Amino acid sequence: MKYVDEFRDGTLARKLADAIARDADPGRNYAFMEFCGGHTHAISRYGVTDLLPANVRMIHGPGCPVCVLPIGRIDMAIRLALSRPDVTICTYGDCLRVPASDGLSLLKAKARGADIRMVYSAADALALAQKLPEREVVFFAIGFETTTPPTALVLRQAQALGLANFSVLCNHVLTPSAILTILESPEVRELGTVPLDGFIGPAHVSTIIGSRPYAFFAEEYRKPVVIAGFEPLDVMQAIRMLIRQVNEGRAEVENEFTRAVSEEGNLKAQGLVSEVFELRRSFEWRGLREVPYSALRIRAPFAAWDAEAKFGLEFVSVPDNRACECGAILRGVKTPIDCKLFGTVCTPENPMGSCMVSSEGACAAHYNYGRFRDIPVVAGTAS
Amino acid sequence: MSLAGTVRKGYVRPLDLKHGRVDMGHGAGGRAMAQLISELFAAAFANEHLDRGDDGAVLPAPAAGERLVVATDAHVVSPLFFPGGDIGCLSVHGTINDLAVMGARPLYLAASFILEEGFPLADLARIVASMAHASRESGVPVVTGDTKVVEQGKGDGVFITTTGVGALPLGREIGGANARPGDAILVSGTLGDHGMAIMAQRESLAFDSEIASDTAALHGLIGAMLDAVPTIRVLRDPTRGGLATTLNEIATQSGVGMELDEAAIPVQPQVAAACELLGLDPLYVANEGKLIAICAADDAEPLLAAMRAHPLGSRAARIGTVTTDPNAFVQIRTSFGGRRMVDWLSGEQLPRIC
Repeated sequence: MKYVDEFRDGTLARKLADAIARDADPGRNYAFMEFCGGHTHAISRYGVTDLLPANVRMIHGPGCPVCVLPIGRIDMAIRLALSRPDVTICTYGDCLRVPASDGLSLLKAKARGADIRMVYSAADALALAQKLPEREVVFFAIGFETTTPPTALVLRQAQALGLANFSVLCNHVLTPSAILTILESPEVRELGTVPLDGFIGPAHVSTIIGSRPYAFFAEEYRKPVVIAGFEPLDVMQAIRMLIRQVNEGRAEVENEFTRAVSEEGNLKAQGLVSEVFELRRSFEWRGLREVPYSALRIRAPFAAWDAEAKFGLEFVSVPDNRACECGAILRGVKTPIDCKLFGTVCTPENPMGSCMVSSEGACAAHYNYGRFRDIPVVAGTAS
Repeated sequence: MSLAGTVRKGYVRPLDLKHGRVDMGHGAGGRAMAQLISELFAAAFANEHLDRGDDGAVLPAPAAGERLVVATDAHVVSPLFFPGGDIGCLSVHGTINDLAVMGARPLYLAASFILEEGFPLADLARIVASMAHASRESGVPVVTGDTKVVEQGKGDGVFITTTGVGALPLGREIGGANARPGDAILVSGTLGDHGMAIMAQRESLAFDSEIASDTAALHGLIGAMLDAVPTIRVLRDPTRGGLATTLNEIATQSGVGMELDEAAIPVQPQVAAACELLGLDPLYVANEGKLIAICAADDAEPLLAAMRAHPLGSRAARIGTVTTDPNAFVQIRTSFGGRRMVDWLSGEQLPRIC
């Protein structure tokens, strides 16, 4: 496959692995967080950890939109679909299995008679509403900055078309505020409790927001950030760049993904998003709890297409299982195997916590790809 | 099809196979049903057993030293017609393959149709013609059958269940529990073609080179393989859940582990590209004309040679080795240089593919 295989080349990977081994100081440990689920998946899928020295540890961050979606938001969609026979909920395929209250998921609600459909894009949802004028089509929108512009676009189109039977249940969340929450967590702030030496910055998200929003983290928290593509060689290259920054005492935003990410990002998409959405004061994230200014809601001029307003939907917070360690895992304090539920009651078939929900989650990735060995936990620190 | 051939010609207006549609009468047991059976099914599948027009088929007992094998398979694929095949030939191949991977010689098929009211007779005729062609090509006749009609909205055009009978020689024991550490794991060709053909059709994905389903009857290939290596331990067709799920089934049944070499697993570039686009893993995508074979390491080369000499096995490859592992984990060495597990499919990757 042209333009793809080049970024998965085993020979180049070995050369890069040798370079990383040479650069890494054997006298210290390195712990880097890859924020995005896409990176987590690449690391697990291609076995990237096998190519890293033992003193370089990767922490899987919260950048999986399905994983961080709180139960209460799914409940809103399920309650709506089950109580209103005229409503069709459509959403991305990986949302369908997310466990919600009362042993339900969107897929199980479908089996109970709710009209739930899988779509590949926001545009598909809009097209469905045009095709089914007698039904109320609700697009359950999730995702970080990458999937937000398409949702903004269909809202603007629905307004232009005067499409009355279409609305959006908006769950879009923001990357920088989640990173900030991790950096502000007590374990990371009190140096030594959890080593966190730098971030692999998001790939696709950064094509929209650019590399500038991360400058604050590098500057304020003295954490290097390297924005990287989702291919395994991108990840390896980013790790090497992070190691060099740490060794040289630098904390800068570097861009490995120059083939797609610029400093200012996609201004047109940003304009579209700010026209249609505004910040929520606070939003619950699974695993991170309430995160201030971390999500978007639909602006008043588009209220007619806002499912929350249209159907009077109320969010009720639902706590995770008490034994679930997702919060600590997302902050890098614990690893999947530290959780008592992992692989016993919590499995990909029956996920209890957010990290097991999507294949991009830390627990699911470890369960599906890595449980034949335990991710080595590097104890101690030096940050 | 007990009424086959009982409607006298000349006094009945023939079925309108161009514009006609299935109606409730076609399943009601009356003249309309008899006509559908005689003009469509009996005409297409014609053979001495079906032509008798009785409630069942009377078949000769298997030869001495042979045992009977029975397999059944329901087909609900959507769309009904896809590049490389349709539900008709798929329903013949699917059941023949279930018999063949047991090491059995497929002999006869029974076919059961659930038709939805309003389904175009022209489409039904196409499907039946494709089934009849597949059956004749495979040398496995459809000897009995049944037709039911359900109201509009209660079916999805047509569902076809086929049941097959085959003969298995005494002493031939092929099964998922027979894999042993050290054995070689072989596949007969490229993976993921069927599932991605369906998916590309369903999602209207257009590629420069079309992806066609690999649907095919494998008993000829398996016959050649057993002639070359009679001691093949495991044969299985990796349909739903793909290679990954089938290997996990075998590993669990046999209580062994497996180690695969990603670089050795054949995948067509357009299938790999379509999977990439849709975020799917070809190892989990369905096949309808491929098989997995496990044999002693010493038998691997002659078996591979026999497979490659057959048109359905020209891209056969040795993809891994059976290992000792009480956890029954399937692992893979990635082309990138790492290692990971290849786990059971969780949830469904693609809906209604066969």
